[in-house]
Amino acid sequence: MSILVNQETRILCQGITGSQGSFHAAQCIEYGSNIVAGVTPGKGGSTHLDVPVFNSVAEAKAAVEIDVSMIFVPAKFAADAMKSAIESEVGLIVCITEGVPVQDMIEVKAMLNGSDSILLGPNCPGIITPEETKIGIMPGFIHQKGSIGIISRSGTLTYEAVHQTSICGLGQSTCIGIGGDPIKGLNFIECLSLFEEDPATEGIIMVGEIGGSDEEKAAEFIKKNITKPVVAYVAGVSAPPGKRMGHAGAIVTGNEGTASSKYRALNDAGVKTTDSPALIGEIMKDLINQ
Amino acid sequence: MNLHEYQSKKLFFDHGIPVLDGGIASSPDEAKSAAENLQGNIWVVKAQVHAGGRGKAGGVKIAKSIAEVQERASEMLGTHLITKQTDDNGLPVNQVYIESGTSIQSEYYLSLLVDRTKESWTYIASKEGGVDIEAVAEESPEKIINYTIDPLKGLELSHLNEMADRMGFIDDVHSQFVSITEKMFEIAKNKDANLIEVNPLILDDHDQLIALDAKISIESNALFRQEALLTYKDSSQENELEVKASEHDLSYVSLDGNIACMVNGAGLAMATMDLIKLHGGEPANFLDVGGGATTDRVKMAIDIIMENPNVDAILINIFGGIVRCDIIAKGITEAVKSTAIDIPIVVRLQGTNVELGTRILEESGMKIISANDLTDAAIKVVTSVKEKT
Repeated sequence: MSILVNQETRILCQGITGSQGSFHAAQCIEYGSNIVAGVTPGKGGSTHLDVPVFNSVAEAKAAVEIDVSMIFVPAKFAADAMKSAIESEVGLIVCITEGVPVQDMIEVKAMLNGSDSILLGPNCPGIITPEETKIGIMPGFIHQKGSIGIISRSGTLTYEAVHQTSICGLGQSTCIGIGGDPIKGLNFIECLSLFEEDPATEGIIMVGEIGGSDEEKAAEFIKKNITKPVVAYVAGVSAPPGKRMGHAGAIVTGNEGTASSKYRALNDAGVKTTDSPALIGEIMKDLINQ
Repeated sequence: MNLHEYQSKKLFFDHGIPVLDGGIASSPDEAKSAAENLQGNIWVVKAQVHAGGRGKAGGVKIAKSIAEVQERASEMLGTHLITKQTDDNGLPVNQVYIESGTSIQSEYYLSLLVDRTKESWTYIASKEGGVDIEAVAEESPEKIINYTIDPLKGLELSHLNEMADRMGFIDDVHSQFVSITEKMFEIAKNKDANLIEVNPLILDDHDQLIALDAKISIESNALFRQEALLTYKDSSQENELEVKASEHDLSYVSLDGNIACMVNGAGLAMATMDLIKLHGGEPANFLDVGGGATTDRVKMAIDIIMENPNVDAILINIFGGIVRCDIIAKGITEAVKSTAIDIPIVVRLQGTNVELGTRILEESGMKIISANDLTDAAIKVVTSVKEKT
């Protein structure tokens, strides 16, 4: 079992003929992901990576069954790409693109509310259910089918957690990179709730970072709703206030968004936190074996 | 991207938000002519820096004669203004804004910002103006008036009217306030502003609301469609190395410590800094070389790192995913060769082709210290600095 995606998932790639889309879609196919179609406006009717290319999501959806759309289009077109996927009622939309204006995300989120679509990202590595399907840019080979669900705001830090749970033999059920933008789709709470319900998931790793209050809200949710062990690390204890640390959303503004506030909330909620990103896997293993 | 007060006020003026007459000056002479072009017999000389708290730091001075305007301008220009929002070096004052004086009946606070929690735009207003609004929000939250726009409905006049009511405005001032808030939303939409702050908004003796200060921040990701605003960019207000890094698409933030880091991925870069600190060291910077860490990018990153004179050691931490470790290793050896670095370099590689990458580093004959994992890397780099001192 897994959450959101599995080997059956039929994937559409928006921006499949672009350099990023093409490269990563090929990697996904190599991993075993079931990419069934692509979209590039103006290139409808052609074939790329052995899958049919359509002019729009609507055209693709009319011709092929689609569960997920994976978006690689440039930032300036990303909001329109997400909107067209929402309009076509694609179940899960995974937007990898970095640099989408936050103003555009306000519109996308407004449209998403009340729709049947779920959005992951933007500015995220995507989602993977090891040995079944990879929808995104993560290196597939570090993953191992197993029992830990991973939710993270950072790309490479997710890989770190994946690597650690792989070498200590736990493996992963599903890993979700929710992305580093201030306004985004899926957040910790939705993913926590899905992992709680997933019988294959025995423990959950949460990788947060400075900025916003998503970790505090997640802590509140965990206290009331999560029975599975949760290990959390929050990046940015050493980050100075007022400075954007790479990700658009990773910034401490005034007193809000500090790592210490997030750690406090998570500890209060009974989450096992660690101040070392190197110990996430080991700590989870100890918790599971208890 | 932050705008200066005078630039923000230009946008205010263009959109019909009342501001005082003013002129920008880069020299005392220009300050003199700017003042001569303004009505009245009292002027305010305001240092143009990308930081709040200017008044208390001596960056806003009243002048009662043209000669005094010139004098105040010459005192400010060419200095660095240190406010509670800047670091210890302060920010360079390259321009001063000369503004007409005004009477002040009362001061208010008004802002409009992208609210990440509510996922929309939120207005914040308060009868307490000219003060630190975060302090007000903390100490007396009842004094804060909020209105979050429902993005599906857009701006609703009834809510703006309600804000004006709660601010205690009546009659003409009430409509002036509503008009200002409407125009702020126009700017937010047209210019992709993340923040528009008027602190203080004042009521003068003639019952006119005026934006006495103005601060606008533009969404960096939207600059591709805000080309006209690009001329407003003032790199002198940013850290020199951060500007240089961003020109090369590297994400760099300067810090106070002596251990430089170069990492792929923003989260891992922060985590690397955290680990250095956890093991008793002090990071000198945040640096994300990104996913496509080619030889050229690695070289440029090392160049930038080495421009910081405080750096005593470098920690390179790469999780090779799509980018292979052997490519990274080659980049590191070439960069080190070409820049003649004589400080310890600790490298931790993990991921695709890690064995090959490690062998390339070992066989390079360079003084590169290999680390097995994150903790090992942090301990080794902290130890190398301690041994040196």
